[in-house]
Amino acid sequence: MSDPDLAAAPAMRPVIPIVADAESGSLYVSEAKIQSRAVSGWFATWRWLLVWFTQILFYGLPWLQWNGRQAVLFDLTARRFYIFDMVLHPQDVIFLAGLLILSAYGLFLFTAVAGRLWCGYACPQTVYTEIFMWVEHRFEGDRQARIKLDAAPWTVRKLARRGGKQAVWIAIGLWTGFTFVAYFTPARTLAAEVTSFGLGPWETFWILFYGLATYGNAGYMREQVCKYMCPYARFQSAMFDRDTLIISYDAARGEPRGSRRRGVDPASVGKGDCIDCTLCVQVCPTGIDIRKGLQYECIGCAACIDACDGVMDKMGSPRGLIRYATQNGIEKRWTRRQMWQRVFRPRVLVYGLVLVAIASAFVASLMLRAPFKADIVRDRGALARLVEGGRIENVYRVQLMNATEQVQRFRIEVEGLDGATLAGWSDVDLGPTEVRWVPLAVQLPAGAARSLGPGAHPMRFRIVLVAPAAADAAPDAARSLAERHEKSTFVVPR
Amino acid sequence: MSDFFHDGWSIFIAVSTVVSLIACLALLAFASRRQPMAADNSTGHVFDGDLVEMNNPLPMWWVVLFVLTVLFSFVYVYFFPGLGAAAGSLGWTSRGELAADQARAAEAMAKIYAPYAAQKAEALSQDGKAMAIGQRLFLNNCATCHGSDARGSKGFPDLTDADWLHGGSPEKIAETITLGRTGVMPPMAAAVGTPADVRDVANYVLSLSGDPHNAISASAGRRKFAACAACHGAGGVGNQALGAPNLADKVWLHGWGEDAIAAIVEKGKTSVMPAQAGRLTPEQIHLLSSYVWSLSQIRRTVSR
Repeated sequence: MSDPDLAAAPAMRPVIPIVADAESGSLYVSEAKIQSRAVSGWFATWRWLLVWFTQILFYGLPWLQWNGRQAVLFDLTARRFYIFDMVLHPQDVIFLAGLLILSAYGLFLFTAVAGRLWCGYACPQTVYTEIFMWVEHRFEGDRQARIKLDAAPWTVRKLARRGGKQAVWIAIGLWTGFTFVAYFTPARTLAAEVTSFGLGPWETFWILFYGLATYGNAGYMREQVCKYMCPYARFQSAMFDRDTLIISYDAARGEPRGSRRRGVDPASVGKGDCIDCTLCVQVCPTGIDIRKGLQYECIGCAACIDACDGVMDKMGSPRGLIRYATQNGIEKRWTRRQMWQRVFRPRVLVYGLVLVAIASAFVASLMLRAPFKADIVRDRGALARLVEGGRIENVYRVQLMNATEQVQRFRIEVEGLDGATLAGWSDVDLGPTEVRWVPLAVQLPAGAARSLGPGAHPMRFRIVLVAPAAADAAPDAARSLAERHEKSTFVVPR
Repeated sequence: MSDFFHDGWSIFIAVSTVVSLIACLALLAFASRRQPMAADNSTGHVFDGDLVEMNNPLPMWWVVLFVLTVLFSFVYVYFFPGLGAAAGSLGWTSRGELAADQARAAEAMAKIYAPYAAQKAEALSQDGKAMAIGQRLFLNNCATCHGSDARGSKGFPDLTDADWLHGGSPEKIAETITLGRTGVMPPMAAAVGTPADVRDVANYVLSLSGDPHNAISASAGRRKFAACAACHGAGGVGNQALGAPNLADKVWLHGWGEDAIAAIVEKGKTSVMPAQAGRLTPEQIHLLSSYVWSLSQIRRTVSR
């Protein structure tokens, strides 16, 4: 499909044109290195804001202290996740599932509204590539200078530029690896280990591995990660529809493309607004030509919008030759307002409602999380035994889990079985985040057992978290802070 | 030990592995030489009238990775077992790795137990952390039979009372855990006499601990008890050296009453406490026996 066709029939553009490579025909090719030109503008500013936001968060969090410990720490050895005031046990993995579901629905919603917003602004691959390209720009200059440097013979000057870039890249990579591990080993401890060469083998491995992955992915792999490793590019078409805001080239306005002098009305020379300066291609981090329409390589970074807007300003033409627009909007010449009205379509509303529902449930369950967990397990070796006075005794184990960082005191009572009492129970104190198994015995008087008859009888344990009473107060003065009821059975033998 | 019942299987697997690896490389080489695309960079296949299959070539780094994985496989089967029964040059085995892991775990565990090894049970019973470890060991290793609260059940001794079959000192408890015990009560029906004589002995045994009994029958059984006294002692007070239970207390391991006692006298009973030496280290047993000992101490103070 050639370009004049586009101008003649803008609506007939469903096929993504793929132009044959010059040396094509082979099933494998070496990918050409993409040297993208630096860009500035409205969307680039947004991307940098998100780079700053996400990276201050990522690099900064391990250094934040909270209640005398690291605010966010995933202690894998002790199997405790500390997130500010929260302590999560492995039993809380449901919250991780909730977080993943939230992320997935967030992705669906954002993608349905405005395409690959995540890819273009917040994905670590984009963010670190942005940082690494900034470093590259500082040492080796912009696109033209870098292309020249690539071709240039190895001189002291080239060596210095390349060396400087590599040094900073490696430093960023290592610092990223260190920060990653600092979420699992406290940052201060880790820093001390690094300075005293006392790192453990796995800490060393993960710092180097994560550092190398950052260095390799952001320094070299770049758009290859998005094109060949990330599955998102492949299923984005399932999440887009004709009302999704994507980065679009307005072919009807731009074609036929061609150069003209500044200030010349394009219509008067029989041309469209596009002056074919190819800046949109030069700034593209994945090396595509957005004028060919939506392509799976497009990560939605809007660099071409920023570049084209700058050119249109210089040419004295209105901005928006390349802009966020829907396929319907471009075809039917909709105004921005008309396109935005279509944002609130059933698909987006359903995603939004589901997202709000799950998010509320997630937050509510986190807020209402009990400060402890309890689990009752019957002894199975002996179901029941006869003790003094013909009483029937059953033995249980209760697993108590302290989900806070304060000492907790527990009291246990038996419910739902007349006459049953707990034999020899005294309140149990659990240290911060401690998990402990405590054996306990329930006794039933002979008379009550006879009237119940042999068999397994349902009953419940009431596990009460009590406020530790003052030393001089009566033990019964303790008040309940929280309680749980656990079902179990009491066995009366034949 | 080989899982193959014939060497042929080993050779079959070795050959298939090598041939598959070479075939992977051959496929790649074959495909890279092929030029399947038409002039418009499509395969020439058209589906549904207008759907064309275009060529979207794989990046070269992917091809390099592919070759590297194949080369890695050759290196792997050289060093590790992968070619049938061949052991690989490193001599690695999963059993060897398990043994090494266990050795590492034992080393890490030894550090935790070391501070307690030299302490006496009396001191350890006052140490909350030591008792917590002891309780965990008990729950994981002993509670299945003796119950989570260590108070046993019929046939499994209560460890919290003052009644010990083989001695209740920390050393004796450690010995019981380490070596295990076998308690044998032989069938005594022949030695005692007629079934009526057995009933008499049972009534006498009940009388020893002051339980309700038939006094006439008991006094008849007194003479027949001579056969029992060899192990249980003259007054039925038991003998810890033999593991013979004290019959004069209120503890009835195998059931209370004339019927239960008569049945034991008639048929005998063999009880086994399995040896734990192969499962627990001496340091663990030391802590465990201190914990078990402490259980009976608490109970005794309370009852006093």
